[in-house]
Amino acid sequence: MIRVQREAFDVGAEIASLCAGDTAAGGVCVFIGRVREFAHGAALQAMTLEHYPGMTERQLQALEAEAQRRWLLEKTLIIHRYGRLLPGEAIVLVITAAAHREAAFDACRFLIDCLKTTAPFWKAEETAAGSRWVDACAADDAATLGWQDGAVEGGS
Amino acid sequence: MLTILYFASVKEKAGRGEETVRLPAAVTDVMGLVVWLRQRGGGPAAALTDLAAVRVAVNQEHARFDHPLSGDEEVAFFPPVTGGAP
Repeated sequence: MIRVQREAFDVGAEIASLCAGDTAAGGVCVFIGRVREFAHGAALQAMTLEHYPGMTERQLQALEAEAQRRWLLEKTLIIHRYGRLLPGEAIVLVITAAAHREAAFDACRFLIDCLKTTAPFWKAEETAAGSRWVDACAADDAATLGWQDGAVEGGS
Repeated sequence: MLTILYFASVKEKAGRGEETVRLPAAVTDVMGLVVWLRQRGGGPAAALTDLAAVRVAVNQEHARFDHPLSGDEEVAFFPPVTGGAP
């Protein structure tokens, strides 16, 4: 399941809802991405996420399908927020549930690594100096490359 | 008709988020569209002057600048994406 929304999410409620009635998943892995208080040495006041409605959903669905192809997963959930967020607020939630923990951990990391370089989101950071768009990070591209077919390790 | 979308810093430079154009017959791929938009001038021309930090999607899939166009697609120009977690 994927959701793209402006509203905050309740992690506990999402886990409970995703796993309700599921007795096959022995391991549930949760990743939460949050707005960090520092941006390039300056205190961050807020972050605004813009996205490409339609394409975002397609890309997240494709990533989810790819994870389900690679690993034996019972359930997956990706929630990504957009709009203006304050430091400490959650941006993204990835939950993977599988019979065994390895698949849950690996798929969770795969989803968050690849989401960063394929889902059409853009961040603008607000500091005392004003608002600026965040440049893409070469390390993120490398993390995604690490997940291409044939590669064993994800990320660095 | 072809829909062109601009996002984030590319949208700011283009001065618009969306426009609909009739593709000239001579334009057969994304790079041809870029060249045509540059010749047309204005904000989109400025946004597409340097393509080093511009990415493209055709019909909501990541694409290359040599992706063919027939004239009824949705083409989006945007900077490299920066979603997800820190």
